[in-house]
Amino acid sequence: MTRNVITTWIAFAVGIALCAVLPIFGGNYTLRLATTVAMYAVLAQSWNFIGGLAAYPSFATAAFFGLGAYISAVLQTKGVPLYWTWVLGGLGAALFAAFLGGAILHLRGHYFAIASLVVAEVLRELINTTPDLTGGGMGLNVPALKMSVGEQAQFFYHAMLALFAISLATAIFVHRGKSGFALQCIKQNEDAASILGVNAYAYKSLAFVLSAVFVGAAGGMYATWTRYIDPTDVFDVLLSVKPLVMVLLGGVGTLLGPVVGAFILLALEEVVWRNFLTMHAAALGVIIVALVLYLPNGLMSLVREIARRRGRA
Amino acid sequence: MRGALLELEGVERRFGGLKAVDGVTVSIARGEIIGLIGPNGAGKTTLINTITGVHPATAGRIVFEGRDITRLKPHVIAGLGLARTFQIVQPFPAMTVLENVTAGALFAGGAPTMKAAQEAAMERLEFTGLAAHASKPASTLTLAQRKRLELAKSLAMKPRLLMLDEVNAGLNSSEVDDALDIIRRIAASGVTILVVEHLMKVVLSVSQRIIVLHHGQLIAEGEPKAVLSSPAVIEAYLGSRYADRIAGGAG
Ligand SMILES: Nc1ncnc2c1ncn2[C@@H]1O[C@H](COP(=O)(O)OP(=O)(O)OP(=O)(O)O)[C@@H](O)[C@H]1O
Ligand SMILES: [Mg+2]
Repeated sequence: MTRNVITTWIAFAVGIALCAVLPIFGGNYTLRLATTVAMYAVLAQSWNFIGGLAAYPSFATAAFFGLGAYISAVLQTKGVPLYWTWVLGGLGAALFAAFLGGAILHLRGHYFAIASLVVAEVLRELINTTPDLTGGGMGLNVPALKMSVGEQAQFFYHAMLALFAISLATAIFVHRGKSGFALQCIKQNEDAASILGVNAYAYKSLAFVLSAVFVGAAGGMYATWTRYIDPTDVFDVLLSVKPLVMVLLGGVGTLLGPVVGAFILLALEEVVWRNFLTMHAAALGVIIVALVLYLPNGLMSLVREIARRRGRA
Repeated sequence: MRGALLELEGVERRFGGLKAVDGVTVSIARGEIIGLIGPNGAGKTTLINTITGVHPATAGRIVFEGRDITRLKPHVIAGLGLARTFQIVQPFPAMTVLENVTAGALFAGGAPTMKAAQEAAMERLEFTGLAAHASKPASTLTLAQRKRLELAKSLAMKPRLLMLDEVNAGLNSSEVDDALDIIRRIAASGVTILVVEHLMKVVLSVSQRIIVLHHGQLIAEGEPKAVLSSPAVIEAYLGSRYADRIAGGAG
């Protein structure tokens, strides 16, 4: 291992450990916010595999989230051990992504985007038509945990943070490895990549599966956390849009961009939400437009640029 | 044919009503350097696209080292040792020159690790005279350098058959001489080469045999001087820009 690699993993361990400890001192409200940040960081990190590395603009995040939430919630009502329901929620979403990828990954650009967008709608309809199993449009109650409110707040924060740590570790491996390099080639010129021997379909599928597996598990955790899910909530299109905006905000295709973006967007939302409740959607729209126009490479690129200029001066 | 590396049997590629490649039957021997010429739009690039699986044949059969590759995907064909350069160069613009070539070594050249791929890539850069530019983004290269990058990328794939699609187009005459030198050195290393070229000077100086396409059909095949003076070939080129090309090739 080179020094660079060791430094990365030390930074990773220290960062996660700090995140695990700090919010505990802030009380339940802070923990709830921190859990939300961790959850969206998972979603953004996941989107970065397909949207950032491969540059396939996926809007399927909500589909994976809702699917994972329902798989996990139904299994919980059947008495399957909690952790297993989360794992199976993630694996279910991953399997679904593998099949879905076979159907839509040959599409490019906005055709792919639109195809991925309708998937959540289809799943939502599917849930609506299976009320016996899923509760249909009425939603589904998930068994409560036998823990105090304070214990639960910590438990869900640490569970979500652990999931984020796994997704980040995966991202580090992918970024440094052969598959990350292949995705970089595909992003820049898919046809040229194929001619150089890159199995574009296999690597895109891998990216798509990685963009689903942690999201599905996060959906499962979310279901346990909120104790009630319904199709409108867990297949909400904002679950697809926000992670994308977070990555654009933080830095497309970078390791830390997704979590930085998640933190900033949710912090902004907290402020905007409290002060201008009705302007919420409009504010999100303005941020998207501003990002695309003025900061196409995200805040991380700005930080790097500043560091570079400092280094020179 | 004994020792045939690549055999095409009645290969056809249609685009809608247009037969861009029309029933081509030809075979390329191991170690041969074969020139492929023909007027603009004759189907030369399409033939390469068909062999490499980019635009699969709509009829006919393509056999490489005894294996039918007609229906294989481009990345599989690349892995078998068929490499090509693009007439319109196709670098990964934001990657460095070294990374561009590393991709070829890693995904088709059989390099077991990233590090091995980088080392193999560096050798190819030295071979093609691009070593000094290794860490530059590919987008900053001149046209002549980009053409050489195409060469370096395809060489990193450890090709058994290399198809060069107009690697000299747009170059000035000293750049053409450099490229010619590289092609000769590749040939000396034992790689079989198919050269698509408009510059007659290049075709004549490297090819052992020439095939001529016209409207997608193979109209002549054989020893270079004899092919160029055959009536069918002269007729194909007359009315197009044969005279210009001769002048261009000499100048
Ligand atoms: N992807 C495509 N779709 C439709 N038609 C195509 C396509 N590619 C090539 N063609 C057509 O096929 C014919 C052969 O084109 P091709 O590029 O193979 O010729 P070429 O011999 O390489 O010409 P040049 O010397 O100009 O490079 C042309 O009529 C071209 O318009
Ligand atoms: Mg051509």
